[in-house]
Amino acid sequence: MTLQHFMKEAISPWMRENGPDNDIVLSSRIRLARNFAQYSFPILANEADLQHISEFIRQEYEHQSFQDYHDFAFVPVKDLTPIERRVLVEKHLISPHLAEQDHASAVLISKNEQVSIMVNEEDHLRVQLYYPGFQLNKSLNKVFELDDWLEGKIDYAFDEKRGYLTGCPTNVGTGMRASVMMHLPALALTQRISRMIPAINQLGLVVRGVYGEGSQATGNLFQISNQITLGKSEEDIVEDLQSVVRELIEHERTARNHIMSQSQTRLEDRIYRSYGIMTCGRIIESKEAAKCLSDVRLGIDLGMIENVSRNILNELMVLTQPGFLQQYAKKTLTPHERDVLRASLIRERMQLEN
Amino acid sequence: MECQECHQRPATLHFTQVINGEKTEVYVCEVCAKEEGYMSYPEEGFSLHHLLSGLFDSAFESPKGTLGQQKKELQCPKCEMTLSEFRRAGKFGCPACYETFADNLDPIFRRVHSGNTKHYGKIPARAFGDMRVKKQVDAYKEELQRLIKNEAFEEAATVRDKIKELEEETRGEDT
Repeated sequence: MTLQHFMKEAISPWMRENGPDNDIVLSSRIRLARNFAQYSFPILANEADLQHISEFIRQEYEHQSFQDYHDFAFVPVKDLTPIERRVLVEKHLISPHLAEQDHASAVLISKNEQVSIMVNEEDHLRVQLYYPGFQLNKSLNKVFELDDWLEGKIDYAFDEKRGYLTGCPTNVGTGMRASVMMHLPALALTQRISRMIPAINQLGLVVRGVYGEGSQATGNLFQISNQITLGKSEEDIVEDLQSVVRELIEHERTARNHIMSQSQTRLEDRIYRSYGIMTCGRIIESKEAAKCLSDVRLGIDLGMIENVSRNILNELMVLTQPGFLQQYAKKTLTPHERDVLRASLIRERMQLEN
Repeated sequence: MECQECHQRPATLHFTQVINGEKTEVYVCEVCAKEEGYMSYPEEGFSLHHLLSGLFDSAFESPKGTLGQQKKELQCPKCEMTLSEFRRAGKFGCPACYETFADNLDPIFRRVHSGNTKHYGKIPARAFGDMRVKKQVDAYKEELQRLIKNEAFEEAATVRDKIKELEEETRGEDT
């Protein structure tokens, strides 16, 4: 696998598969924080130690395969241009924090982009695994097997009382962050989500917008994840998250039905206007793109818009991000140029569908 | 719910702050959370760096004043991080820091992890295999008690066999 491969497509291969409840849950992710026992954490480690870790990972795991995750590519962050770093962040293959690193930081990515292992981020290793739709249990089982495979050659920093030791006290114990990405347009439209968030927080879970800045979750995409990592087993954490996600799915479906029965014409108007902008617009800002994409995706889910694939939301959400646009144009673009290119890419993509 | 700071955008983040034992609930939007220092990393909503430092302060300024009486500051022998540096950074320097600052960690973990201080969950398969088996046996024993109490004797027998099997396995490795 080469870097070019990851840069070309906005949508990762695993996203093309259908997952359970994928009208509302776009993806499930589990991330494990792991550290080598013998080295200081990246914030304090010296350059030589970090190089050591990075080189070890390259030697042991580059081009290796584990189960469905084939041919791991080893990508040193320092070799990436600013735009390439941004693209990997937009595809959720690396964190914004890793993108800012130089020196000995790197990422190991499987061919299907389902697994990415960040090296020398806040911890020595950040192992993350994605599944399409609502598949947290499967993700957990798989990431455990992957973790055991990695541990075959690494002495992890682990303590009987505190569990997996991490750089930040907020990750100690399981070192696990489980999350799902949900499209909740009806709960956002009826403003129910903002009333539900405090209740969800009470359960030790965090809700936040996936893209965009500010308080509004752009594109009505929300990430729900666990906050607590110590004192609860991974299975229990995932179970708690799952039951909340199940609730949210039910509420979203109810809200969709409610809007359809109460104000179908207004909803249709909103959805078809967005459809119009996407098929005919010439200048589209990222915020507008996110709103239109959410509307059109809802239109597809409700059967109003046919002949457009559901994947269009996942794909265009990434394709229309600033990094990806500039990667596509192969140069740095001004915000205005980006808005024009964004509109033209969306138009082309919509024509492909029809 | 609207943001307590700007009263314009909806509140998307909820923080529970504990300062000097007093609990305060904060509902803010992401913009204000960043501006008002509720969180320091724009991308990690819950890393709560500033909030953590606050928690640390109250954790260390315990009424007993045990720390204030210490003349020599605690320092990690491995990475040389001192207790005050740890407080400032809110991050550990190396795995050994957990041992070095062990006496000061429970209050912090309790606050960050809803009262928990002890790990329950995965154990490294290779390096800590014995511990993994021991935990599994403990879990089976608990289940066995529960089954016996509920008079589910058939299932209890299966669990008992599993325990026997695991115990024999570990004994085999010892010899």
